[in-house]
Amino acid sequence: MWPAVIVASLSCYVIKVVGISLPRRLLDNARVMHVAELLPVALLAALIATQTFTTKHALHLDARVAGVVAAVGAIRLKAPFLVVVVVACTVTALMRL
Amino acid sequence: MAAPEQTELLEADPHWPTTRTSVLRDAIGIGIATGAYGLSFGGISSTSGLSVLQTCVLSLALFSGASQFALVGVIGAGGNPMTGAATAALLGVRNGFYGMRLAGLLRLRPRWRPIAAQLVIDESTAMAIVRESRPAARLAFWATGISVFVFWNAATLIGGLAAHALRDPRTLGLDAAAPAAFLALLSPRLRRREPRAVALLAAGVALVSVPFVPTGVPVLLAAAVAVVAGVRPTPEVPPDPAGRPDQVPA
Repeated sequence: MWPAVIVASLSCYVIKVVGISLPRRLLDNARVMHVAELLPVALLAALIATQTFTTKHALHLDARVAGVVAAVGAIRLKAPFLVVVVVACTVTALMRL
Repeated sequence: MAAPEQTELLEADPHWPTTRTSVLRDAIGIGIATGAYGLSFGGISSTSGLSVLQTCVLSLALFSGASQFALVGVIGAGGNPMTGAATAALLGVRNGFYGMRLAGLLRLRPRWRPIAAQLVIDESTAMAIVRESRPAARLAFWATGISVFVFWNAATLIGGLAAHALRDPRTLGLDAAAPAAFLALLSPRLRRREPRAVALLAAGVALVSVPFVPTGVPVLLAAAVAVVAGVRPTPEVPPDPAGRPDQVPA
């Protein structure tokens, strides 16, 4: 586990240092900016999908789905971050009782 | 977001005492809000198979919420930890763009860059780029960055220790915490049609590839959707030149 912790930490730090030290020219490139804007959207959506609907290598629907649906409701009601997470956990736990 | 152009940035703040108070107050408020998020990170990480020490090292050294959640999510699902590290790095790319924007705004001396770089995150960027004067932008960046760093790390430790005492995190529904956290991070980015389409497509690509590739890799494949959509010759909507950071913790 340590190698992954160190590699992830180092690479994220290096990205930050490179960004703050580079000339601004890259920011004027519309395509680069467009990819940069869409990258977190695609990654977060894929993380949500896989962590909600799959276990190991198969689609697997369980109580998590109810928890995440409840989280969508909480977000729609503009609930603060921690409330969204607690609602998701609580609903998932209750479904497992 | 109407961030002021750098050429128009005032070198001195006309209302300094008032500006200073409000910037510091906001910084502490954002730090506390992020602490709540750090509590859930500590909990999820230490129930995903990482030790409390590893959990705390991530918050100190990686210090970027979405990347940290992504890494422990892949590890918790039984994926290759290095696949998780790759996902974390890809999510961290946006901090590089924030840094480029902040460099011109803050005009840091080179010797401060290694320290400032670690504090380049969604919150410190969002707070700095909306200021009208350079002193206010600098104060907002440092105060928010330091405040979030302190609260985030303290909360990580508390969450990690508390959750480590649990026997089966599934009983408490903790396996739903990470996707719920990602949803809260994603939803403010979905106001326009294009990111919504990219999100749906990325989720589809990930789900379809799950049976065929190692755990964690579907998320990396989904990143390709963003690259393809981003380099298309004629985007429907021009990209936001500010590289807009959101107000939610990430």
